[in-house]
Amino acid sequence: MNSIKEFMNRNIRQYGMIFALIVIVMFFGIATGGKLIWPRNVSMLVRQNAYVLILAIGMMFCILTGGNIDLSVGSLVALVSAMSGLMATTIGIPSWLAIIFGLVTGLLAGLWQGFWIAYVKVPPFITTLAGMLVFRGVNNIILNGQTLPLSGLYVVIGTGSVPDIAPNTIPDFLRIGDLLQLQNKPEFLNATMFIVGLVLSIIYVLFTIFNRKSKIARGYEVASLKSVVIKVISFFIVINIFSYWLAMDDGLPIMLILVAILFAVYTFIATKTIPGRHIYAMGGNIKAAELSGVNTKKMMFLVYSNMGLLAAVAGIVTAGRLMASSPNVGANFEMDAIGSCFIGGASAYGGVGTIWGAVVGAFIMGVMNNGMSIIGLNVFLQSVVKGMVVLLAVAFDMYSKSKSRLG
Amino acid sequence: MSEYILEMRNITKEFPGVTALSDVTFQVKKGEIHALVGENGAGKSTLMNVLSGIHPYGSYSGDIIFKGTECRFKNIRDSEAAGIAIIHQELALSPFMTIAENIFLGNERVKNGVINWDETNREAIKLMQRVGLNEKHTAQIKNIGVGKQQLVEIAKALSKNCELLILDEPTAALNDEDSNHLLELLCTLNKEHGLTCIMISHKIHEVIKIANDITVLRDGKTIETLDNTEKVSEGRIIKGMVGRELTDRFPKHTPKIGEIGFEVKNWVAYDPLDEERAIINNVSIHVRKGEIVGLAGLMGAGRTELAMSIFGKAYGKKISGTLIKDGKEITLNNIEQAIENGIAYVTEDRKTAGLVHIQDLKKNITLANLKAITKGFVINEDEELIVGKDYRKRFNIKSSSVFQKVGNLSGGNQQKVVLSKWIFAAPDVLILDEPTRGIDVGAKYEIYKIILELADAGKCIIMISSELPEILGITDRLYIINEGRVVGEMKTSEATQEDIMSTIISSSAG
Repeated sequence: MNSIKEFMNRNIRQYGMIFALIVIVMFFGIATGGKLIWPRNVSMLVRQNAYVLILAIGMMFCILTGGNIDLSVGSLVALVSAMSGLMATTIGIPSWLAIIFGLVTGLLAGLWQGFWIAYVKVPPFITTLAGMLVFRGVNNIILNGQTLPLSGLYVVIGTGSVPDIAPNTIPDFLRIGDLLQLQNKPEFLNATMFIVGLVLSIIYVLFTIFNRKSKIARGYEVASLKSVVIKVISFFIVINIFSYWLAMDDGLPIMLILVAILFAVYTFIATKTIPGRHIYAMGGNIKAAELSGVNTKKMMFLVYSNMGLLAAVAGIVTAGRLMASSPNVGANFEMDAIGSCFIGGASAYGGVGTIWGAVVGAFIMGVMNNGMSIIGLNVFLQSVVKGMVVLLAVAFDMYSKSKSRLG
Repeated sequence: MSEYILEMRNITKEFPGVTALSDVTFQVKKGEIHALVGENGAGKSTLMNVLSGIHPYGSYSGDIIFKGTECRFKNIRDSEAAGIAIIHQELALSPFMTIAENIFLGNERVKNGVINWDETNREAIKLMQRVGLNEKHTAQIKNIGVGKQQLVEIAKALSKNCELLILDEPTAALNDEDSNHLLELLCTLNKEHGLTCIMISHKIHEVIKIANDITVLRDGKTIETLDNTEKVSEGRIIKGMVGRELTDRFPKHTPKIGEIGFEVKNWVAYDPLDEERAIINNVSIHVRKGEIVGLAGLMGAGRTELAMSIFGKAYGKKISGTLIKDGKEITLNNIEQAIENGIAYVTEDRKTAGLVHIQDLKKNITLANLKAITKGFVINEDEELIVGKDYRKRFNIKSSSVFQKVGNLSGGNQQKVVLSKWIFAAPDVLILDEPTRGIDVGAKYEIYKIILELADAGKCIIMISSELPEILGITDRLYIINEGRVVGEMKTSEATQEDIMSTIISSSAG
């Protein structure tokens, strides 16, 4: 019992966020007359917001190093999509090669900014402000006001989904279609999505059980059975509901696979590796970290280089979804990413925040965007609401922190 | 009983889970210097925070009576308006502003809503004369020493016409000379202007020197108030603080000294800000295995700079010289290399450079040696938990669990975490820089025991300390450092405080 309390206390911000997400989903679910949770809309939500998730993952590392942000990612998204698009259309190399070219462009831009930040000590804010202007400028020079239509692999990544391995075999057995009163109810589920969701969640459950047992056997400390059971069951349910929903539409989006892989890899880096630990330590106290042997310059360099790479991934994804490279793409993307991280519990001073939090933050932003659009709220008013949410999320953070410090 | 300017009656202050003060009564007579002593965590600072309104009325129970009226301060402004000023251990000055601007910070001299610079400067010069500060009033705070900064703080308090001045560890960061100057100033202000002072201090000899009365706190309770007109003994105060007679301040120990383990030859390092100025000038020292070597000297003698320049060139430019470990020459170009080569440096600056305050105990302990708990690319967090628990138990670190954030620990316990971190890094050579600074008597004893244990395990230990009794009490041999040079070497058993001081003074260049 005590350990559950302790666990909750230690993770209160995380659970608060999930709670907030649920409340927001419920609110917009009701306000949109259920349209928000229509399977078609859910699958669109995933595709529409993949870029925010990808950018937020990279941005979280920047923020962790000490509250630093990267203002250039929106421009870099545009630059990468322009470079890659140019290669694929005007020059005419194969799509896959053009995509790799785009990724390399992003990585080089990241290395460039990382160099100035880490080794010349130009503050990140200034470096990336410069980058924002430079990348946007280069993008406009390349495209010269034109929009390049894209096809092939781009479109697959941007809009495609994994083929159904067994169409018309699994019926909508929960009758969700009736429940939501959909106009064109799907009779059958997309088998691929449904099976992938089920298998992954079963693997997760088995892995947790096995891991716990082996820890007990080796004499390590484990969380109480009750808290583990609650956690496992809720995860199992959430994953399966989510995959069921997507299965009712066109199945497993390629973009979701990409985002899931990035999420897994970067969560692993942040929590289980030495570089991850070093980034948290330097965000908490850079002097102490340096004196403990953390190469803070190298970490800064890596974090910003990585941000460039992830911005490139977001650039390709965005180009694919829009099926074009256009001069104005990516405007305000950096603000969405930064906002997601802070809504997701990152500390404005660094050292605190999780990849998981960034993802939940991005979902909160995405659901709000989408929900407000369905309701038909004025675009400018939408911006006001988003701004207030970011402000209040951080204000709540500061408030709860000042409470806990007194305690 | 109007002789008391301040009475705090039955003060109880609770934090969730802890009672910081329980039924404390504290009385200060008008025009006296009243010392408040006690171990870390005894409740001294909490009591002063209650008094100055940092913990507002309502968050504690009990009464505060100041100049005969009951006070209910909601914040610092309230208490300042009533005539109470507090000077915290961490100075609250703005480094890029001038002395005059700092003195009137938050209390600006204004005329029709515009700052009156003539009056500001004139008043600042007057106040500076009163506190004996010989600097231009236009000098920036960052360019004057800590001792002088402390005087600016006092001038600032005086500018608010305070009648009761609270000083929290005013001499903790000062050298002997500056400390003496400050204490004399307090006495003068007290005698000539009738300023009442409350002084929190760990330096018992200073307390005995200047206080009229001494109140001892222990575990959030008032233990006793001693009348110091007859000068009470150090032992008497310590007894009140720790609740027992502390006969030996240093643990008994028989050194087991082996061969030379670490040697520094012809070490030279230049000031990073002024590359013409040598900070460390041709220093050669050595340490044997199992030996504790002290580096004695005044503040600014270059001991920290020496240690840090050895520790992977963490300080200084144009560093030259030879490092020999176990008979082999080693090169340490950065801190990672230093740690890999088994050198550890425990910083003097625990607060700002020792720990990651927002992280928990176990993560701090493993930070310098994550490789030891990493397999492939993966940190084994279960192993980390075991390591954390192990050190917490071994060094008796008082905390709710290994998941507690180190920022919430007391100074002594934080220092134990820092030591744990470096011991977990498994070094052969440990450089300890002021390992007991700002730590109470009881915790000091425990830190000494850890240091001696490490020596017995065959480590080479270099200890920097500004407290001569500590150097004499714990080391086997000592070097005297002055102005970046080694000016003397003695066996500790043959050294006295007078020897060390006279060596320093006679070595000082004209």
